[in-house]
Amino acid sequence: MDAIEGVRVALDAIRAHKMRSFLTMLGIIVGVAAVIAMLALGEGARRQVEQSIKSLGTNLLYVRPGSVRRGAVRLGAGTVRNLTLEDAEAIRAECPSVADLAPYIGAGAQVKYGNRNWSTYIVGATPEYEAVNSLRIEMGSFFDLTAVRTKARIAVIGKTVVENLFGDEDPVGRIIRINRVAFTVVGVVAERGGTHWFDPDDMVIIPISTAMFRLFGRDRLSGINVKVWSEDRMKQAMVEVEDVLRRRHRLDESKENDFTIRSQMDIMSVYGETARTMTFLLAGIAGVSLIVGGIGIMNIMLVSVAERTREIGTRIAVGARRIDILSQFVVESVVIGLAGGVIGVAVGIVGAQLLNSLAGWNTAVSAQGIALAFGFAAGVGTFFGIYPARKASRLDPISALGYE
Amino acid sequence: MVLIKMTGITKDYRMGEAVVHALRGIDLEVEGGEFLAIVGPSGSGKSTLMNLIGCLDRPTSGEYYLDGRKVSDLSDDELARIRNKSIGFVFQTFNLLPRTNCLHNVELPLLYANIGRKERERKALEILQEVGLGDRIHHNPNELSGGERQRVAIARALVNDPSIVLADEPTGNLDSKTGSEIMSIFSELNREGKTIVLVTHERYIADYAKRIIFLKDGKIVSEDAGILR
Ligand SMILES: Nc1ncnc2c1ncn2[C@@H]1O[C@H](COP(=O)(O)OP(=O)(O)O)[C@@H](O)[C@H]1O
Ligand SMILES: [Mg+2]
Repeated sequence: MDAIEGVRVALDAIRAHKMRSFLTMLGIIVGVAAVIAMLALGEGARRQVEQSIKSLGTNLLYVRPGSVRRGAVRLGAGTVRNLTLEDAEAIRAECPSVADLAPYIGAGAQVKYGNRNWSTYIVGATPEYEAVNSLRIEMGSFFDLTAVRTKARIAVIGKTVVENLFGDEDPVGRIIRINRVAFTVVGVVAERGGTHWFDPDDMVIIPISTAMFRLFGRDRLSGINVKVWSEDRMKQAMVEVEDVLRRRHRLDESKENDFTIRSQMDIMSVYGETARTMTFLLAGIAGVSLIVGGIGIMNIMLVSVAERTREIGTRIAVGARRIDILSQFVVESVVIGLAGGVIGVAVGIVGAQLLNSLAGWNTAVSAQGIALAFGFAAGVGTFFGIYPARKASRLDPISALGYE
Repeated sequence: MVLIKMTGITKDYRMGEAVVHALRGIDLEVEGGEFLAIVGPSGSGKSTLMNLIGCLDRPTSGEYYLDGRKVSDLSDDELARIRNKSIGFVFQTFNLLPRTNCLHNVELPLLYANIGRKERERKALEILQEVGLGDRIHHNPNELSGGERQRVAIARALVNDPSIVLADEPTGNLDSKTGSEIMSIFSELNREGKTIVLVTHERYIADYAKRIIFLKDGKIVSEDAGILR
């Protein structure tokens, strides 16, 4: 019996028990759909993070206080006050590769408008922040140096904050309260797009002096964003900034940096790595349901073999070889697996779309994801079909025919 | 020409500790074109003998030559081929595939003979018409009477044009009138030259055969070549 006939026989058997076959497939359908949706979710998150990091501006270096060393060993050792406005000015003056820079101080805070509350990230910045971070101002304007000098209580806010505090109202000119201090909104930053993990639109920007002296009561910087002249001078810029800071912080050969310089690339790869790990974890959990689906196939195939003992005896009596019986049942379970796989892929794609449109999560269904889930379904169908099929092919035809 | 030649055939079934001697030394020769009936009480070993003749099972001891070939020397796949091409089985309980129409049931042996779809359909249709079921080909077995089912089973047994037809109590589940109709099909087949071996415990059915052997406790106790006719 050739392969096409084998598939036809399998399809006939599946059709003969439509409901049962469908329920058996359901395990595979759910498994494949879950794997595809999870992979799509992960891939979507990764692309989104990558995109929003890119939207923060190009050729940027992020200088942060503290070393990258893990653990808390270093905390409290020596002075913690290790990035200052003077450091920023020194970098601007002494590093030829640096085009511009923006020191800032940031912390989380509650923002209130009327009776609405929103917990967001407050950035105390200088006017350079607008250009360095490639911000586009949608309404109103960014603040200038005078605002910094006078410690003005004015704020430029991100789109997420607008949505949560103002809804459809025009925020410019309104008074918001940050930790009970009143600020006038002077501008709105155009949306840059973010993810649930990372939302650059969820922030309020105020003059750095206001932040230091009126809000947070400290003058230690949270970081300096450094814009480099061009992409190919990034490495050089890193070296220059490191030299200046090490000299200013009086770090001798034996001491490690008490600051960290990272490029967008570095950050992207960290996020990418996290996203990938999450994706595989989620897909792995979804994969377990595929295995369970496979056990479902095995279960039903065993029932089917027991039920069709007489049929098997009959087939042997009219000339079926053992291999014919074996392949008949393997093909049947593979067809169930593949059919479940096809439906599962469809359900998974639709599910990913729904996650996108209903829950607002970013999803991206990839061809590799589909191939992986589908191949896994076929493999599960084969693997879990072999044992019942072997059982069928080893039946003694005499007792199989006498089976009542 | 001797088609079936058995000498000293025994068959034991092991049931845990106990051993059932189903056949205790059968010597049998069947010529091509014969119509043989095997008669005996229930449990005498008729079906066991039938299964051995039909290459569904192997004897415990003894020699069996089918069409000059020693069956014990053949591989499982070669036995499958013999069951497919040289032998047609007809069972008491019909053994048709449920939820499968007559045409596909009859096509089954052709499927395992690797015959193409068109040719299978043509042959199956032809045989079904010969047994008088040309208008029932798309019916499932459960839509047919017992007599019709047995005709489908006979059509299936004949579709690959085997030299021997083995029928194990083919009328056992039928009323006597239908049984007689089925038996006349076998008679007709025998007239056309088919070798027929029939198992029955009913005397009037055995009378359709040209030669009768009696089995008791796994042994042939007497032969009767048409004397009682
Ligand atoms: N598969 C089997 N396992 C064990 N014993 C069997 C088996 N088949 C038949 N027997 C025994 O062998 C003897 C002959 O059985 P069988 O050939 O079916 O007789 P008949 O067909 O004449 O009624 C009986 O005693 C029966 O119980
Ligand atoms: Mg019997």
